[in-house]
Amino acid sequence: MKQITTPITDDVIRDLKVGDAVALSGMLVTGRDAVHKWMIETFIKKTREPQGDDLQVYEELKKLLNGSVIYHCGPVVSGLDTKEYKFVAAGPTTSIREEPYQADVMKHFNLKGVIGKGGMGAKTLKGCEETPAVYFHAIGGAASYIAQTVTKVHGVFKLDFGVPEAIWVIEVKEFPVVVTMDSHGGSQHAVIEASSKKILEDLLAR
Amino acid sequence: MRDLTNEILELIRRTSSSLPPDVEKRLRESFEKEQPGSSARGAFETILKNIEISRANSTPICQDTGTPIFYVHYPVGLSTIKLKGQIRSALAEATKRSYMRPNAVDAIYDKNTGNNLGGDDFPYVHFEEVEGDDLTIELMLKGGGCENVGRQYSLPDNSIGAGRDLAGVRKVVLDAVQKAQGQGCAPGILGVSIGGDRGSSYIKSKEVLFSEMGTRNTDPKIAELEERLTSEANEMGIGPMGFGGATTILDTKIVGLSRLPASYFVSVSYMCWAYRRRKMTVKGEEVIYD
Repeated sequence: MKQITTPITDDVIRDLKVGDAVALSGMLVTGRDAVHKWMIETFIKKTREPQGDDLQVYEELKKLLNGSVIYHCGPVVSGLDTKEYKFVAAGPTTSIREEPYQADVMKHFNLKGVIGKGGMGAKTLKGCEETPAVYFHAIGGAASYIAQTVTKVHGVFKLDFGVPEAIWVIEVKEFPVVVTMDSHGGSQHAVIEASSKKILEDLLAR
Repeated sequence: MRDLTNEILELIRRTSSSLPPDVEKRLRESFEKEQPGSSARGAFETILKNIEISRANSTPICQDTGTPIFYVHYPVGLSTIKLKGQIRSALAEATKRSYMRPNAVDAIYDKNTGNNLGGDDFPYVHFEEVEGDDLTIELMLKGGGCENVGRQYSLPDNSIGAGRDLAGVRKVVLDAVQKAQGQGCAPGILGVSIGGDRGSSYIKSKEVLFSEMGTRNTDPKIAELEERLTSEANEMGIGPMGFGGATTILDTKIVGLSRLPASYFVSVSYMCWAYRRRKMTVKGEEVIYD
């Protein structure tokens, strides 16, 4: 298993290939549906005026995300009353919903990867080649286990999006993931999609 | 009528943090079938480790604690209004204790209610009056990832040559599995209903998931189709998480309904490997958990 710590360099990313098991450490940021839509509309396509603390959060995110990764995750968090936050359960959510946004978000913030589950499509794969970045696949449903790799919750932005949709800034130690989309056009998801399609056609013809 | 809020809270804790033994057993068997060193085997390793950690610490198996689906079988004379109130109080308390994630989002205003209580539809509670003195409450937690890959077909479906018969049902179910890939957190369990209207068909495709792993339909013809679908789905090689591998589907359960002459619906509910369902039975003063 490869040990990688954020911030990650382009050389490290280019070395990663589909199938590599990685133990990821360092600072990263959660973000899922509401966050991607907000980023695209407010800062990338600018179809929506910044409101409230939007610009301040954006400045923080630019620093945090440069060379780091976004984790598609809507955690269960304790300590909401006292603000002594702790991740209780924190597995990945399905990434494909971010397909319309992900490549643009990657390039805009110089992300070196995203962590999620289920894989992503052609647009994100192209984004991975150009940025460069990779798709790290975490094990869906392994929430208690992954939460134990979160050693510290540094803070939270946009808590008004709701606990699952907020931007949590966390530090992880040896978070287990597998590279399923690399920066050379390789995608395990495209391979399995095609091979299973072929077998389905045979089964339907029986 | 006694207040069961604390007992229901315990049911929620168990359901969210402790996977039923029949599911865990099937996952362990599937783990053995994957190649040493493969990503699929690694996925099962992590899944099995997570099951143990969740149970030991009373933390959610999956952070997506899903739609809470309660099925209540109650004796004549028990107040369903009171029971529903106790279920809702227990759910709010379970959320406070981090057994559950706040999961009720107002769809019009995009606002998370913060306590897992939406309108009358969230949590989902189904009441059924039964003979006898026992009260049983079953709970299933079904996450959004697997819910999103569920499908409903109206037969005939010419795009895959599926006619209005069991051969057609077989084709659409296999199609649903291929389209789901790993996105419903494979390996999954299929709940399939044949017939009904669009609404009843989907509801029954979930209800059938309350039965234990390996429970076969009493009609031998349907039981055979269940076995065949599990086996053929696994031939597609999608594997755990869609990594590729021997196990894509752990079990298939089919239920047949009445249909209109004009309609022939097939609904497929995909349940993720974190197949969380638990039951409590109240016999007089005693409360028994499965």
